[in-house]
Amino acid sequence: MVVKTLPEFPVKKGEPAYKLWIFEPGEKKEMPLVFNLRQLAETRRPALLPGHRLCAGCAAPIVVKLASFAFRGPTIVVTATGCLEVSSTIFPYTSWAVPWIHNAFENAAATASGVEAALKALKKTGRLPYDHVDVVVFAGDGGTFDIGLQSLSGAAERGHDFLYILYDNEAYMNTGIQRSAGTPKYAWTTTSPVGSVLPGKMENKKPIAEIMVAHRIPYVATATPAHWMDFMKKVRKGIEVEGPAFIHTLSSCDRGWRHDTALTLEVTRRAVDTCYFPLWEWTPQSGYMLTDRSLAIARNPKLKQPIEKYLELQGRFRHLLKPENKHLVKELQELVDAAWEELLRKASNAPR
Amino acid sequence: MKREFLSGNRAVAEAALLSGLRFYAGYPITPASDLMEYLAERLPKVGGIAVQFEDEIASINAAIGASWAGAKAMTATSGPGFSLMAEGISLAVATETPLVVVDIMRAGPSTGIPTKTTQSDVYQARWLAHGDYILPVFAPWSAQDSYDLTIKAFNVSEKLRTPVILLSDAVIAHMWETLYTREPGEVEIVSRKKPVEPPEEYKPYKAGEDLVPPMAVFGEGYKVIVESLVHDEAGYYRQDTRTYREMVTRLREKIMRNIGVVYEHEEYWLEDAKIIIVSYGSTARMAYPVAKSLLSRGLRVGFLRLKTLWPLDEGKLSSALSKADKIIVVENNTGRIYYDIARIAGRDRARFSPILTVDPPGFNEVLEAVSRWL
Repeated sequence: MVVKTLPEFPVKKGEPAYKLWIFEPGEKKEMPLVFNLRQLAETRRPALLPGHRLCAGCAAPIVVKLASFAFRGPTIVVTATGCLEVSSTIFPYTSWAVPWIHNAFENAAATASGVEAALKALKKTGRLPYDHVDVVVFAGDGGTFDIGLQSLSGAAERGHDFLYILYDNEAYMNTGIQRSAGTPKYAWTTTSPVGSVLPGKMENKKPIAEIMVAHRIPYVATATPAHWMDFMKKVRKGIEVEGPAFIHTLSSCDRGWRHDTALTLEVTRRAVDTCYFPLWEWTPQSGYMLTDRSLAIARNPKLKQPIEKYLELQGRFRHLLKPENKHLVKELQELVDAAWEELLRKASNAPR
Repeated sequence: MKREFLSGNRAVAEAALLSGLRFYAGYPITPASDLMEYLAERLPKVGGIAVQFEDEIASINAAIGASWAGAKAMTATSGPGFSLMAEGISLAVATETPLVVVDIMRAGPSTGIPTKTTQSDVYQARWLAHGDYILPVFAPWSAQDSYDLTIKAFNVSEKLRTPVILLSDAVIAHMWETLYTREPGEVEIVSRKKPVEPPEEYKPYKAGEDLVPPMAVFGEGYKVIVESLVHDEAGYYRQDTRTYREMVTRLREKIMRNIGVVYEHEEYWLEDAKIIIVSYGSTARMAYPVAKSLLSRGLRVGFLRLKTLWPLDEGKLSSALSKADKIIVVENNTGRIYYDIARIAGRDRARFSPILTVDPPGFNEVLEAVSRWL
């Protein structure tokens, strides 16, 4: 019998799991961005440690863990009310290996602004023993699209230096799957029910990333946990820029989207393959730039999949696959195509 | 009358529909989300509309707008969302907007424990907003009571042109019980008073004998001015003491003059009781059997359940409590209604048995808390 012993890296037995995230005052080291999986496993620990109580198949912890692999050093995490907050810090435990502040639902960006402004003041007066302390916000779609938009917009306008990562599961999953401004058209939720009269939510999704682009902040991007290298690169860019940065990640929720727990990443991958959720980044200098799979699709349009490939995996769109709702799928396809064409026109690295 | 099996929240929704609810504005928050989910399906079927807004601030202000457009409006939330509604409540008071706000209490402060309850928001319901005002607060203790008090909340809000708070809690909201629902016509449904004078003589805030001005809504041919500043009868902003005094006094008096309609409590075995247990809401569900059990052991115990938490009819309450030597207030907080009872009945007679629990209190827990004073 082969006895398998788990390697002890990166934390030795007996040491606290959050040891990697302790930074001695004055430490100059910047953590490198590692993409080699072996090296990553040997040298890193995510900032969200095991033992949290998010559902099996939830993409939110994947988003947080991938993002934390791209943190460059001392980092303070701000979390708005949501699934991630309630299930990662249940008394007497916390899953966070980094300093973490929760606030109310509508003010993650405002709290981050306060934290960042204080850090700036401490640094100015020589009381901050680090070169840089980064502030990263994790907030869901409710806390970003709806109730938190005001504080996010305010913080972006004031130009506070933090990275805001939106994990968009496209509804209020924490309170039981109610529609949000992030819910896509024709999706089922408990407050946009599907029946003989209505085919789910009748309104379009709010273009949150474009709203942030309109703020002319230094960095805006979209990402999914399925395209992990792309996501990690974007997180590092967002942290490194001076000023607010915003990353919109599509984060599937197997409870709300009604798919198998094993399909979490496949669903977000297909969202990109069907151009329903294209991957891009935007900076004031270069404008829109397609990245990763979306760039590949732009170069080779044959790779683009029909929208049914995305819809068929999810129970929330089940009604659309019925024969009588064919026109709705067609309409969705036209919407997706129009948005994709527009993005191709805007993107500076798309082939002409 | 029909026998049904409903949760507290569904009972509120059904009663609201019977009362003529046509516009619901809400935002997801545990433990009030299922009320919105239920109404999202039910309201369109009766020609109403349920809209989910981007936050509670939008929800309450949309409900105010809907009320001024002529629909009976409601919103429901819980502590954190209710805090956001503060300004809207104040606006509804100043503009005398009929409106029902359902506040399903959960444990606080801040995010607290969303799925569990305490009775810590009694003062929040009373004095949430700024300014000198009072508004009616009702506290049900069962699904049936949720149903009946919702009808009453609508009637009072329409009759007195005031926002009304229905202070339920997470236990009652999610508890399924048998109850009797009414058919249309079986129960009195009050609608707001309409002006009878011709449009050119109408003044939007000119009240008659009952101190409640007739309410013309948008599009009825009357000049409607909805003014949140201190205003006179015509609705114009005036910054003088006389107008302020008149307005604030009338806003208070229109409710206090109808205290007989607004205030309600239930009495059990009070005739020769020497000890009276006072409770309300979900805690009263266990205080009641404790009182009953003490009574069966030969103690002269009575039980009084408050249905209206604010404003209190001090005369009625004081005479109900007058014969007792001891009045024990049982509530799931560190002291809210106790201070009112102590003020009304006297500090020498009032005793306080706080139960601080996020789960429905057990029989022995309440018995132990009460026994301290026996």
